Amino acid sequence: MQKIIVCLKRVVDYNVRIRVKPDGSGVITEGLKMSINPFDEIALEEALRIREQGKAQEVVLVSIGPDDAQQQLRTGLAMGADRAILVQTSAELEPLAAARVLRQIVSREQPGLVLLGKQAIDDDCNQTGQMLAALWNRPQATFASRLELDGTVATVTREVDAGLEVLEVDLPAVVTTDLRLNEPRYVKLPDIMKAKKKPIEILAIESLGVDVAPVLRVIRYEAPAARSRGVMVKNVDELVGALHDRGFLA
Amino acid sequence: MSRVLIVGEHDGRTLNQSTARCVACASAIAPAAMEVVILGGDTTTVAAQAATLAGVTAVLTVTGNDNGRAMAAFLAPQVATLADGYDYVLAPSTTFGKDLLPRVAALLGVPQLSDVMSVIGPRTFQRPIYAGNAIVTVEVPAGTKVVATVRGASFKPAGGGNAAPVRAVDASAPPPEHTRFIELRSGKSDRPDLQTARLVVSGGRGVGSAENFALLYRFAERLGAGVGASRAAVDAGFVPNDMQVGQTGKIIAPELYMAFGISGAIQHLTGIKDAGTIVAVNKDGEAPIFEIADIGLVGDLFEIIPEIEKRLR
Ligand SMILES: Cc1cc2nc3c(=O)[nH]c(=O)nc-3n(C[C@H](O)[C@H](O)[C@H](O)COP(=O)(O)OP(=O)(O)OC[C@H]3O[C@@H](n4cnc5c(N)ncnc54)[C@H](O)[C@@H]3O)c2cc1C
Repeated sequence: MQKIIVCLKRVVDYNVRIRVKPDGSGVITEGLKMSINPFDEIALEEALRIREQGKAQEVVLVSIGPDDAQQQLRTGLAMGADRAILVQTSAELEPLAAARVLRQIVSREQPGLVLLGKQAIDDDCNQTGQMLAALWNRPQATFASRLELDGTVATVTREVDAGLEVLEVDLPAVVTTDLRLNEPRYVKLPDIMKAKKKPIEILAIESLGVDVAPVLRVIRYEAPAARSRGVMVKNVDELVGALHDRGFLA
Repeated sequence: MSRVLIVGEHDGRTLNQSTARCVACASAIAPAAMEVVILGGDTTTVAAQAATLAGVTAVLTVTGNDNGRAMAAFLAPQVATLADGYDYVLAPSTTFGKDLLPRVAALLGVPQLSDVMSVIGPRTFQRPIYAGNAIVTVEVPAGTKVVATVRGASFKPAGGGNAAPVRAVDASAPPPEHTRFIELRSGKSDRPDLQTARLVVSGGRGVGSAENFALLYRFAERLGAGVGASRAAVDAGFVPNDMQVGQTGKIIAPELYMAFGISGAIQHLTGIKDAGTIVAVNKDGEAPIFEIADIGLVGDLFEIIPEIEKRLR
């Protein structure tokens, strides 16, 4: 395979506790630590391993987002990707719009494999990979915890509610990653220096000629109903008593 | 008047309870027609189960070759064809629905809502974002088909007692040649299913090993409980992936959830916030799980579980 495309989304770091704006117009993201969506980082690690095994020649990153997403692309390049494309937009895209953009990139780049996270930890949608596969009319293997490539076929183990499902798909295909696929490498300082020379191509989203206008109307954001703190019991007798009071273990 | 199509989830023998939860969600929309479609090899048994669900006006069956394999690339074109006559297409927010429905939505050229947790109005819904740290209210404009997955834990399963008509429809398509099902490996157990169990006992990294999990299995058996785990316990290989509870595992709503040796990371808590009563046992009194537990006990799980067992009749 010549090329793997890895999609990276810039998101609020998973360690940050998010808060809703008092006027309900959004969540506060100003000044927060931003990172590569953890699932996408796993997708990138997998692509790099495939290239290191000699089964692909090039790993190309694609991000759709603001100018600042170049930071996450730089991190991805430092991890080992060869080049990057930023489709620039300040708007929040719905997953279908993101999939349409990616479909254009796929036409241009003709990858053998597109790897991306199963969901982004900001909107938690879990849609983009499946939608891209539909628009591209190619196979999808979602929630991958194991990926083996053999020529033009990928064997993918998927984490499903019932256990593990194994699918075989012909390439090109879209694979979305689950957490247990691998553990991403750490970036080393010399790699960060080297990555500075790697190219990031910037495309204005308008230049792709796809419909990315939002369809859904967001009405408001709010904090979830909080569970209140309960009681601390001192010993097992009290615990069992409290459970009996609530009608359990009777 | 609006018409709802619900994609039923099943394993060929049993209708998954997530479907009854979708039906409950759809009832809140108060549609004129609410139909469940069962795609499968032999759909007779499962269709009969779907027909009993309260509020369902018809059950459609699409019986085709190899339809029993729930592959999205195979099912999505069939569901997209059927979707023509409906204003809403719903599926459970399980790995089945999450895999399938976005592919359907893209074929239809409409956006999808993930994890609907409440119905505010016929076209207005709430869903969680940021691992449940925020809730967003979204409206689907008139004239756009509503395609949504339903967060099961937010809806009580629809009741039974109905006898909706079952009819076969023709939407079957040939399986795509580019995708082949190889196998499903499931850790079969006799324990109650995690997603439907009334009681759940759950273990985290603090349990320490696969061998130590035997203590939780034994305790769960005494209680008739299902068994869950944190991601750390799954990653460490103590238990299989299908036991993971949380943002990226199963979202559950048992009446009682007992967490042993689980610290209470936000990604874990998002999977249990609809539980009736949460009990936490952790040797660290500062563990965040105590902030949301209804009953907390600081101590060593290896001493506490046997002590509780002694007090069970
Ligand atoms: C994108 C993303 C998605 C994630 N999705 C999930 C998810 O779906 N589900 C999930 O669970 N996690 C998820 N996580 C991981 C999550 O952040 C935590 O790392 C994980 O939940 C920690 O598991 P734990 O509580 O078992 O382990 P730890 O945090 O290590 O806690 C172990 C606890 O055990 C206690 N303990 C140790 N020994 C004993 C003893 N003998 N008796 C009593 N207590 C003891 C300790 O005090 C400690 O509090 C996700 C993370 C990311 C980044």
